[in-house]
Amino acid sequence: MNAGNDIAIDVKGLTKSFGGREVVHDLSMQVKRGSIYGFLGPNGSGKTTTIRILCGLLTPDSGEGTCLGYDILKDADKIKRQVGYMTQRFSLYQDLSVRENLEFVARLYGLTDARGAARDMINRLGLSGREEQLAGELSGGWKQRLALGACTLPSPKLLLLDEPTAGVDPKARRDFWNEIHALAAEGLTVLVSTHYMDEAERCHEIAYIAYGHLLTRGTVEEVIAGSALTTYTVTGEDLNDLTGALTGKPGVDMVAPFGTSLHVSGRDVAALEASIAPWRDKSGLHWHKSAPSLEDVFIELMGRSKDNFQG
Amino acid sequence: MSAVDRSAPAHEIRERFGFWKRSYAMLIKEFIQLRRDRVSFAMIVMLPVMQLLLFGYAINTTPHNLPSAVLLQEDSDLARSVLKAMENTAYFRFIYEVHDVDDFDNLLKSGKVLFGVEIPRGFERAVRRGDKPALLVAADATDPVAASAALGSLGMLVQTALAHDLYIGNPPEMPFEIRAHARYNPAANSSLNIVPGLVGTILTMTMLIFTALSVTREVERGTMEALLSMPIKPVEVMFGKIIPYVLVGFIQAFLIIGIGVLLFSVPLFGNVLLLALLSTLFIATNLSIGYTISTLVLNQLQAMQMSMMFFLPSILLSGFMFPFAGMPVWAQYVGECLPLTHYLRIVRAIMLKGATMQNLRYDTLALAALMLVAMTIAVTRFRRTLD
Repeated sequence: MNAGNDIAIDVKGLTKSFGGREVVHDLSMQVKRGSIYGFLGPNGSGKTTTIRILCGLLTPDSGEGTCLGYDILKDADKIKRQVGYMTQRFSLYQDLSVRENLEFVARLYGLTDARGAARDMINRLGLSGREEQLAGELSGGWKQRLALGACTLPSPKLLLLDEPTAGVDPKARRDFWNEIHALAAEGLTVLVSTHYMDEAERCHEIAYIAYGHLLTRGTVEEVIAGSALTTYTVTGEDLNDLTGALTGKPGVDMVAPFGTSLHVSGRDVAALEASIAPWRDKSGLHWHKSAPSLEDVFIELMGRSKDNFQG
Repeated sequence: MSAVDRSAPAHEIRERFGFWKRSYAMLIKEFIQLRRDRVSFAMIVMLPVMQLLLFGYAINTTPHNLPSAVLLQEDSDLARSVLKAMENTAYFRFIYEVHDVDDFDNLLKSGKVLFGVEIPRGFERAVRRGDKPALLVAADATDPVAASAALGSLGMLVQTALAHDLYIGNPPEMPFEIRAHARYNPAANSSLNIVPGLVGTILTMTMLIFTALSVTREVERGTMEALLSMPIKPVEVMFGKIIPYVLVGFIQAFLIIGIGVLLFSVPLFGNVLLLALLSTLFIATNLSIGYTISTLVLNQLQAMQMSMMFFLPSILLSGFMFPFAGMPVWAQYVGECLPLTHYLRIVRAIMLKGATMQNLRYDTLALAALMLVAMTIAVTRFRRTLD
């Protein structure tokens, strides 16, 4: 196995089932140290399960690999010391104050000066003046920041963030991502799962997972280029009718409304163009060929994987 | 996949019988939830069955075959006849025969026997001479219920004993008397029995619930996932969760005993430090059992229900409400597995009889063993992963 120093996560063939249903199937991935790795995929695609396997919260049915050079099957205790895991659901104690929560984490990891470490983190998070507030009373954005602070308090080498910005306003999301980039610049490796395309574009590398299968990975440009998708954007009237008419036509893999426009995409350019030809010259409709967005690529991947893996 | 299928016709909404329809909707939902909640379902069946079986078979308010000891200072035919007659009442069962007064006292103090019969030296000769000697029957009256019926049977005993003894015949007068002595609680004051019992019962209930909820609460609030991802071991979680409540239990015990002594004039004959030490052991045992429950259940409701299932037999089979010695053997074995049984013996013995550690070795060891078993189950059952 490649235990190279520049690889933080290196896993092969991870498989995990719950009650006979395979949630993660033969998943392999490599994450470079110091990089921000985006983990994308629809709900229930196995992102959370994969993250839990990586930090030792779940045991894979099969597969092997290392996390920070430690065996994920045997050295869960060593991994836990160096990994900060931010759960999808807020998992700090709601009935403890900001300071008490941070001091609890600091003590649990055995920091020599728990109070000092908590105080420094409160300052770094900009929570001074609120340290005695109960964690449960913080707003969504502040809760996420506090949770991130708690994860980074014991100076981990790897951060696993499970949909950290779900339900957080855009400003707080941007601040959060600035913080993640700052941490990565300090040498921290970050694996972050998300549903937001703008967040995916802020990652150094992304992987797309659906129904437990890793479908594509690479930089954003590589993923878009690799999709070989042709997209036409249509604007105009009666787009609802057009959606109904085009769906299912040969070569049309995807029809997706975007506000006042419609994205019509397909992998087979010739078939796609043949199918849309009758509507190309219709008055009131404006067509132009465009590069597919990351979202187009993912939605197309999702539709395709549904056919493949769900029968 | 791109658009919602709108081909189905819209369903009509009718306001008639709205009250009944909404109530019906709620009712259907409750039944579905009840069916999915296995523990609640078990509770519905188990609770009445358990109560009925325990009250019907295990509990006996006029207990028979009570463990007794005899201090035999004379081994005569007459003495044997008296003992035989006592056993024939079905109230007494002689399990110890001692020849030393200290051994005799210790058996009563430690609660190993409820009655002690003293056959004095020269008993038979005194009877023959017509001296009307006294036969002492000492009863452990800390539980007045257990002792009263048996003591009541002693009145008729002299005649029946002698009727079988042709050697002496059937004299018109009583050739000897039986003097019953209710030790530790001569006035048969029930609060002397109940107050120490309440210490144990209240501690069992509160301690169980505190820790039974502790792990499930973390799981329900989602904090367990974060906790498991951090470097803490199951034993460390357990100690961290149990120790604070030892203090809580200690304060509680102090309160109940204080009120008992001050308001109900319950004596405290024994060593206060010994009582404090063994109470701490009992508190820790209950906390461990509560903690074990919390590692076995899925949510806080189940934790409460399982605590109830443990608490009920604790009250009924420990000797708190009904005499322990009066229960059938199987129920006594169940009782021996409950910490409350042992603590009741300990707390009654220390407070009312002034017992020392020497008298309480067995019950102390039993408590410690129960605690270790509970802790071992808890640590092995504690899920270190979310699998």
